[in-house]
Amino acid sequence: MTGLAFVHALLRRDLRLASRRRTQTLLPLAFFGTAALLFPLGIGPEPQRLREIAPGIAWACALLAAMLPLQQLYAGDQADGSLEQLMLHDPSAFGIALSKAAVHWATSGLPLVIVAPLAGALMGLTADAAAMLALTLLLGTPVLSLLGSLGAALTLGLRHAAGLILLIVLPLCVPALVFGTGAVAAVDGGGSAAAHCELLGALLIASLALAPWAAAAALRISTE
Amino acid sequence: MAWTSLASPPRFHAVAGRLVAPLWIAALLLGVAGLVVGLGVAPSDAVQGEAYRILFVHVPAAWMSMLVYVAMAAWAAIGWAFNARMASMLARALAPTGALFTALALWTGACWGRPTWGAWWVWDARLTSELLLLLLYLGFIALVESIPDPRRADASGALLAIVGVVNVPVIYFSVVWWNTLHQGASLTLTAAPRLGASMLAALGLMTLAFWAHAIAAVLARARAIVIEREGSQPWAAAVLEGRA
Amino acid sequence: MSGLMEFLAMGGRGAYVWSAFAISLLALALEGRSVMSRNARARRDAIARAAAERVS
Repeated sequence: MTGLAFVHALLRRDLRLASRRRTQTLLPLAFFGTAALLFPLGIGPEPQRLREIAPGIAWACALLAAMLPLQQLYAGDQADGSLEQLMLHDPSAFGIALSKAAVHWATSGLPLVIVAPLAGALMGLTADAAAMLALTLLLGTPVLSLLGSLGAALTLGLRHAAGLILLIVLPLCVPALVFGTGAVAAVDGGGSAAAHCELLGALLIASLALAPWAAAAALRISTE
Repeated sequence: MAWTSLASPPRFHAVAGRLVAPLWIAALLLGVAGLVVGLGVAPSDAVQGEAYRILFVHVPAAWMSMLVYVAMAAWAAIGWAFNARMASMLARALAPTGALFTALALWTGACWGRPTWGAWWVWDARLTSELLLLLLYLGFIALVESIPDPRRADASGALLAIVGVVNVPVIYFSVVWWNTLHQGASLTLTAAPRLGASMLAALGLMTLAFWAHAIAAVLARARAIVIEREGSQPWAAAVLEGRA
Repeated sequence: MSGLMEFLAMGGRGAYVWSAFAISLLALALEGRSVMSRNARARRDAIARAAAERVS
């Protein structure tokens, strides 16, 4: 089985599994909605203030929601021995890492690209700002998935893996957060978000180029 | 002495043991000298008055925080690439010292920022990336402490440290790339320094003092790690009996 | 005496300056102490383990 075919097959298998465990798959989305809801309730409904912090809330909740399913990313397969089988097919683990990151993005990242701007609009974002939020999440959530896949591989099978993943991955995701919210804030203030988006794009390219290798190495280390 | 002989834990333990006390004495002497010059001899600043003197701890702490991270990542990488346990143990020994310097840089920075610029904290690029550095240190420590198998812990830590090393140039160049609150570099490699002579002297002395302390603390911690990990080896019994 | 009081006041910024220096030096001193006690503990544990192994 060639590399690409392997990735494709693994992707289809994981997506099919995700569609069967609908509750587990939709959990990040539900978490996002609930968490994002807390802020207007807690901070108060004053529209001006809400509109100003809406990008930050949306991005921060998206980040946390993306972290939720990471612990199970490889652990599920390791528990029943499938991970070992997969690594026999793909000793470098590169295909596995890439495919798992893609699945994570498809189930936890991409839906947020659609839902988060709606939440933003509920908090008073203009159409332009909400559209920019969607764009920054489109560029940024793959970064979160790629870095998250690395964190999950490093902490595979450890006790307190959930907490460890947060501690390890969140600092690495901060640049994406800063540029993402900066872009939306720029649009909201009437300026141009070009610089922020370019930096976000650069982050995406760098993550695509480097993170799968790192995650693959981490997987090999963690399963030796 | 062939440096590579230090890759053997018993040899490292012996050599490092002889270095720790002299280094701490040096740190003490340099520190006292630095404080005398910095607090007593150096004049007050034209713009900032007396509060600027905090830079004599803040700047060395910040420099050490970045330097120690790079050293930690480098030793971890060497340990991973060459399967050299001693290098990985040294990386683990570096982490808490680096985290402490980072915390001190943040704390002394806040002490300096409040009277001078009115703010304990701002979310500018340099402060934020220094805070991230602290989290990277803590993540490294948490990860290696959570993995029971030493070889997996060493390799995982190395990978994480290398991934995080990207943050160090960001901290360093942040005052060039972003024009926000934290002041620009007063000392560069190319231009003439913008500090007076006695201030430079105090800064140099405090930096050397922090270096000496850091090396002493790291070597001492590395010795402890060697005993913790290799204490059941035959060479260790002889050493421990000799001391006990 | 007034020179000393002036020195301690640090132009009105005394609290900030001295807390910065004091906490830093205290923290570094504590680090030194904790490292040395970690060494002592490691040594004690290794000796105890060796003794236990010899018995068993």
